[in-house]
Formats: sequence, C-alpha cells, structure tokens
Amino acid sequence: MRVIVCIKQTPSTTAVFSVENGIVSWDDPGDKPTVLNPWDEYAVEEAIRVQEAHGGDTVALTMGPESSQDALKTCLAMGCTEAILVSDDVFAASDTLGTARVLAAAIKKSGDAQLALFGKQAIDGDTGQTTIQTAQKLGWTPLTFVAEIKELDPEAGTITVVRLVEEGRETVKAALPAVISVVKEINEPRYPSFMGIRKANRAQIPVWTAADLELDGPPGSSKADWSEISALPARDTKVEIIEADSVEEQAKILVDRLFEEKVI
Amino acid sequence: MSGVWVWIEQFEGQMKAISQEMLGAGHTAAEGLSQPLTAVVLGHNVGALAQEAFDLGADQVLGADDPTLDQFRVEAYGPVLAGMARERSPQALIFGASTRGRDLAAWVAAELDAGLVADGIGLSVENGTLKVTRPVYTGKLQAEVFVTDGPQLVSLRGRAFAPAESTGGSGDAQWVPAAIGDVSTEIVNFESSAGTVSLNDATIIVSGGRGVGGPDGFAPVQELADVLSGAMGASRAAVDAGWIPYEYQVGQTGKTVSPDLYIACGISGAIQHQAGMRTSKVIVAINKDPDAPIFKLASYGIVGDLFKVLPALTAEFGKRLGS
Ligand SMILES: Cc1cc2nc3c(=O)[nH]c(=O)nc-3n(C[C@H](O)[C@H](O)[C@H](O)COP(=O)(O)OP(=O)(O)OC[C@H]3O[C@@H](n4cnc5c(N)ncnc54)[C@H](O)[C@@H]3O)c2cc1C
Ligand SMILES: Nc1ncnc2c1ncn2[C@@H]1O[C@H](COP(=O)(O)O)[C@@H](O)[C@H]1O
Repeated sequence: MRVIVCIKQTPSTTAVFSVENGIVSWDDPGDKPTVLNPWDEYAVEEAIRVQEAHGGDTVALTMGPESSQDALKTCLAMGCTEAILVSDDVFAASDTLGTARVLAAAIKKSGDAQLALFGKQAIDGDTGQTTIQTAQKLGWTPLTFVAEIKELDPEAGTITVVRLVEEGRETVKAALPAVISVVKEINEPRYPSFMGIRKANRAQIPVWTAADLELDGPPGSSKADWSEISALPARDTKVEIIEADSVEEQAKILVDRLFEEKVI
Repeated sequence: MSGVWVWIEQFEGQMKAISQEMLGAGHTAAEGLSQPLTAVVLGHNVGALAQEAFDLGADQVLGADDPTLDQFRVEAYGPVLAGMARERSPQALIFGASTRGRDLAAWVAAELDAGLVADGIGLSVENGTLKVTRPVYTGKLQAEVFVTDGPQLVSLRGRAFAPAESTGGSGDAQWVPAAIGDVSTEIVNFESSAGTVSLNDATIIVSGGRGVGGPDGFAPVQELADVLSGAMGASRAAVDAGWIPYEYQVGQTGKTVSPDLYIACGISGAIQHQAGMRTSKVIVAINKDPDAPIFKLASYGIVGDLFKVLPALTAEFGKRLGS
C-alpha cells in the first residue's frame, strides 16, 4: 500500500522572531533555524508504521522552497522510502486552499495512494486547514484529529480510527482512500537512524513545478491578506510575588487578589 | 452578497457555549456591515436550537434537519452548508474554532473556493471587511488578516468573545432539505469524557508540571481544581513522563486554552507551554525557583513548595467559597 505523508518545514520551536515592514524573519538560539514541523513527525511515524504493517511505499511530500529538502531528508532518514518536493516561485503566495490544490494534484500524480497523512497543524500559520481542504479537493474521506488507527484493511478499502473531539473519543469507520490528520497521542516518533541519515544524504529528491501538475485553479492563489503582522503586545503584567510569614498567610493574600480580579 | 451567518455548533442537541460567543461576535460583524444576522442550525431534531438562536438575537435562522446530520461529520455538514451558501451568497460566515468548527470552515471554504481566516482572537469591521486578529508562529507574533475577495469565512477562538445575551426574541426558522448523497464515514462508538471539566471550556485551570514529581503529585492539583470547579491541565514534561494522559496537555503540541484564571504549579514556563496558555486573563505561578520563566508571564506568584502552597490555597478557597 502506498502512503503519502504531507509535511512542512517550519521555523524551529525555539525560534525568536522579528518583524520589519511586514517581513518576518527569525533566529534560532540553537543551530537549527528550521525543522520538520513538530506535528508532522507524528504523521511521518504513523506512515512508516503503516508501511511496516502492510508493505509498500511511504512518500514524504512537501510544497515549499528548495530549502525544504532538509525536512524531506529528515523524513527519509526516519524511514520514508521516497520524497517529493513541489517547488515553484508561483506557489510562494499560496493560502491554505492554494496549498491544498497543489498537494491534491501532487498526490494524484504520485501514484495510486490510499492514504495521505497530515500533521495537526503547521506551527507557522497554525491554521490546521490544509488537511480538510486537501481531502475536499481529492474527494477522499477526511478524518482529522486521529489518535489511533484501530484497523486498516487495504483489500476491503476500509479504515477505523479514533478521533479526539472536545467531548471525548469518537470511533469512526470509513472508506478509503482517506486523508488523515494525526494528534500527538498517536505514537512516539522515532529518531532517524545512522544508516537512515546516510541514505537520506545521498538521496536525489525529485522536484516538481507548477508545469508538472494538473491544477484545478490558478497556482499560488490566495484570498487572505496577511500583510499586517507584528510582534505580540507584551503581556502588560508585572508579577506580584506574594510573600508572608506562613503559607496560610500567602494563600489568604493570593485568594484576596484573585477575588479582586473577579476571576473566581 | 449579503448577510452575516453564524454556524451554531451543537452536541447531542445542546448548543455549545462557543456558539453563543460566535453569535456575540456575529452581532459585531452584522452591525459593522449593516446586514442581518443569520444563525445556521444543522442537525437532527434541532427545532429548539433555532428558537434559542432567535432568543440570542439572530434576525433569521436557516436550518437543515435530517437524520444524516444527527452527529457531526464534516463530509455531511460541509456540502449542506456550502450548498446553502451557494444559493444565498452570504457576505460573511463565522465559525467557532473548535475541532468541528475548524474542519467545517475549511471544508466550506474549499467547496466555495473562498478565503478563510482561522482561529481569530479579535474581530473588527473596516470598510465592509472583517478584520481578524490572530496569533501566528505559535503565538509569538500577531497578524491582522482579512479575506480579499468573495465571501469572508472566519473561525474564532472560544472564550475570546463575549457571548450573546438573551433578547426574548423568537421567529420562524427557514428549513431547507439536506440533500446528502453517500457519506463515507460512520461513527461506530463514542466514549465520553463527561464528568471531567473540558479544558477548552474551563474558566479556571490548574496545571501541574514536572514539579509535581509523579502521578500522585497531581492529587493536590486536582483538589485545588475541584474546589474552584475548574479543570486540570499539565505540562508536556508531566505527560511525557507518563504521569497524566495527553488529553491534559497544555501548550504548543497540546491544547490552547484561554481561561480567566490559569494556575501553573511546578511548571517552568517554557515557550512551548506558554504558546498554549499565554492568553489567559490572570496567570498565577507557584514554583520553588524564583528565576523560573513562568514568573515573567504571571500576574501573581508564590515562590515555594507546591506541596505546601496548594493545600493552603485549597483550604482558603474552600473557606471563602463555602465548600
Ligand atoms: C516541539 C516541542 C513541543 C513542545 N510542546 C509542549 C507543550 O505543548 N506543552 C508543554 O508544556 N511543553 C511542551 N514542550 C516542552 C517544553 O519545552 C518544556 O520541556 C516543558 O514545558 C517543561 O515542562 P515543566 O515546566 O513541567 O518541566 P520543567 O521545565 O522541568 O519545570 C519544572 C518546574 O517545577 C519546579 N518545581 C520542582 N519541584 C517543585 C515543587 N515541589 N514545588 C514547586 N515547584 C517545583 C521547578 O523549579 C521547575 O521550574 C515542547 C517541546 C518541544 C521541543
Ligand atoms: N506546504 C505544505 N506542504 C506539504 N504539507 C503541508 C504544507 N502545508 C501544510 N501541510 C500539511 O498540512 C498540515 C496542516 O497545516 P496547516 O493547515 O498549515 O496548519 C501540516 O501539519 C502538514 O501535514
């Protein structure tokens, strides 16, 4: 069975941002300014587990700049068998729907996959929309916030998953092909192996451009204006450290303050 | 294009609190755009919800009532709502950014080929356009985003907008048939987490981190949460240690919460934890390390051992709240 895993390269979680004239840049105190989107690690792990259980290929797919090769290499090092980079200047301004169109077209072109796995959200835009929109464009079953794949039967074309929703856990039986976004609970992502890293470093990753895809709309479209972006207003608080002779006394003062704040 | 639509989310026939807030935000949008406010009710046997929406100030209610809409499934709800919108061309559609609301908004935007701004925490109207304030880069930056063309879809975060109030209004909902073909999913089981206060809805959250020292260390955290009728949360370090299930995790790779009061106990306040709780109204930190970064975010702090401070707080609250 062929499984696609859609991933994105994002700023690292410890990145420190600055904004000038609406242009965002960032620095990382460590030495890795960009990473495989942390949520996507769970999707990659799950894709590899599906492949281990059912055989076939696991294809890491991203739409992004040339530099996204790094994140794809991380996926190969973890155990994905193929990687595809979709990269074209015309895609640069895409909103999530523009991205979903490109991903849907690339998934179609890449072969007869039955499953496309996604992370819960990308930690740059934090929208969590791409999964559903890709499913809608592909006409595949959407299954979001998946915490467990309970059963997967490629022959019968069915899958049963557990989804996390606000009120509890929902078990859903669905028809393949499906687009799935996973939550952290689903697994513990593996570290790339030494052999994996060596293999990934030698890999030649194919690059597809807009011309290679059959898009059902203009490439790089966006209907959202993001130009006003700014640093977060600092929380205008200064901490009041409550000190007193006993914890009971401290507790009393704190409780007073919280009643004054009207949050109790 | 005309009209502001608010999708009314329900679970087992009850309107979700977030939808009252969306009706509140919907009033702002409708007033700013000088257009009527329509509540969209989807489900099965949901007539009462339509009346509730009128009472909460909707000018019109548009609904679809059908057994296939009994439980939320995006591939059933999505086409129905998109169909309604295609026929009636609303100018704006507002969704609560819950798991369902986010999925539904994304689906409808894809089907209508419309712009969507997700997970807003602020809303204003400028020259006929909804401007949404939203955190980006895990809450490290903030953006003002708007849809440039066509219907404007937005999803807005729970507990960020004041709920609409009862007006005593009533009316006749307009019900349209829900033409749904095959739906490729079936919900075969539901395991409710009822009984525990949901982190997303909680007005008070008490969270424990690595400082609680082990699974048993969550007992005093839970006791304080209980006396405040709040929910319990946790840091990733505590979840990763296996002391508490993932559902409780607050932060970048856990839940994003925005309670009135967030009490962090034995949590250092790593940037990834902050990403999930920094929009809380009042933050209290209890930590034995005076240099813990959480104190930079907090309004009030107690430097001390949580195993001494928490029982004292629980007792004091118990006294004041008469429980
Ligand atoms: C990609 C990524 C995603 C992440 N996502 C999240 C996330 O979603 N949520 C999250 O929380 N973290 C997340 N993290 C982890 C985060 O970086 C921190 O490691 C984590 O938040 C630390 O948890 P903690 O504060 O409980 O533990 P620590 O940092 O170890 O802090 C424990 C604190 O407890 C105090 N303490 C100890 N004993 C006591 C006592 N008896 N009384 C009072 N205080 C005491 C200590 O002084 C210390 O400040 C993520 C990290 C990465 C890399
Ligand atoms: N440019 C992209 N290329 C491939 N996958 C993506 C891209 N953007 C988003 N995704 C996938 O969609 C998920 C949700 O992203 P988002 O909607 O941007 O929050 C991510 O976790 C990825 O799995």
